[in-house]
Amino acid sequence: MDTLGLNGELVREFVPAVIGVLVRRGADFASAEDAVQEALIRAYEIWPQDPPRDPKAWLIAAAWRKFLDAVRSESARRGRELAVDAEPPDGPVPATDDTLQLYFLCAHPSLPQAAAVALTLRAVGGLTTRQIATAHLVPEATMAQRISRAKRKLEGVPLDAPGDLSTVVRVLYLVFNEGYGGDVDLAAEAVRLARRLVALTDEPEAAGLLALMLLHHARRASRTGPGGRLVPLAAQDRSRWDTGMIAEGVTLLQTALARDRLGEYQAQAAIAALHADATTAAETDWTQIVEWYDELLALTGSPVVALNRAVAVGEADGARAGLAALADVDPGLPRYAAARAYLLERAGDLEGAATGYVEAAGAATSVAERDHLTREAARLRQAARTSPERPRTL
Amino acid sequence: MKYLLLKHYRGGPAPVVDFAPLDQWAPEKVDAHIQFMRDFADKLVETGEFVDAQAVAQEGAFVRFDGEGRPPVTDGPFAETKDLVAGWMVIDVESWERAVELAGELSSAPGPDGEPIHEWLEVRPFLNHAPSGGE
Repeated sequence: MDTLGLNGELVREFVPAVIGVLVRRGADFASAEDAVQEALIRAYEIWPQDPPRDPKAWLIAAAWRKFLDAVRSESARRGRELAVDAEPPDGPVPATDDTLQLYFLCAHPSLPQAAAVALTLRAVGGLTTRQIATAHLVPEATMAQRISRAKRKLEGVPLDAPGDLSTVVRVLYLVFNEGYGGDVDLAAEAVRLARRLVALTDEPEAAGLLALMLLHHARRASRTGPGGRLVPLAAQDRSRWDTGMIAEGVTLLQTALARDRLGEYQAQAAIAALHADATTAAETDWTQIVEWYDELLALTGSPVVALNRAVAVGEADGARAGLAALADVDPGLPRYAAARAYLLERAGDLEGAATGYVEAAGAATSVAERDHLTREAARLRQAARTSPERPRTL
Repeated sequence: MKYLLLKHYRGGPAPVVDFAPLDQWAPEKVDAHIQFMRDFADKLVETGEFVDAQAVAQEGAFVRFDGEGRPPVTDGPFAETKDLVAGWMVIDVESWERAVELAGELSSAPGPDGEPIHEWLEVRPFLNHAPSGGE
């Protein structure tokens, strides 16, 4: 192996298992998780010079020592003994894998989303507090507190309490959408964690989530142009899509769909797969995409889905049909103005589209999106200046 | 979600309490005001919501490019400018409602008479900078 896989993922792979070992030896989750984090930071310091023969055993031993140190100083502070045996129980480490339970615990519904994300990245992902803080552009102290508060909230929740997969899936998808930019690629990390989740459970929604992530991730290189400029799906260079990743996503999705327990992530993955399947934007099977949006809308009732569906209807049945579908959608949604401007342009109303894009840019939530929408408005204004209004045929 | 809580020396809606600049307060009131700000920031570190806090001096200048090979032009400061930023705090919170709640709390900092100054704070969401993993 490469020296401990510090740049890769090797050492991080062990983190959930080591937390599980400590908990089974009698540590509570919060202390076990702290001890493993400290052992991990120690590993980063000393492994490069002095790599252990058995990294997992090293991590267990180091984390157990850190845990005992913490218990001793705590009992000294309180002036009484705490009931934890200093010696680990004899015999081999049981082969129980608590990783799935850790996913559940870290995504516990009692936690605020940002806290669930941070705790998942640390206890399941094996990232250090500093890495998580950097990825979220907050100070390390803030992130450390966010994680300790999350753990305090979980006090009394046993590691083996029944969990809800839908909360885990939501947290991982949040991580995926937090994007990339710093040292830690959160989108790639989310894919890794989803891959691991799929290995632990045969719930079709877990596979649906991983398929969805892979199908989006496969397009990543083509999604931004020079200077981080946003390239919309229709304009992407499809030769840059990662076909291996797409194939993996499609296979996963097909297997999941065959289980006949449809969920929102499978439905979203199906839409992403139909986009991935088209060699050119013009070949996109919009009729099928609209059908999947109908399924998704029935599953979620989400206004955002209704908005995306209206755009798909505009592609399948013409811009006027799309605008008609938009009439049922809440205009207060973040991307409503952008969707409407897009459909107006296709209906030939360049002036209305330009005004709509300006409004949409004002409501954008990211710099790349705002810049893209501003450019669209500028393009339409220029087109309106250079040629007299000539509506497209519908 | 990150939000900017912007504090102005001037600008924004008409002040609710018209108080004198800090340098005209009793020193212990100044200390109490500053301590309040410090405690507020500490509390946000504790809740995992603190990102940054900075203050800027009143004096500064406007600067602009003046052509290749020429030094930049400076101008100002302009005493009559309507809006003058005093400083800011950046928070990372779950919702707009929470951002408003915190801004309201920060605006209760004690004034020259020890009572809350009810100062207007401007709350603005940050545009996300990292490219998203999704589309």
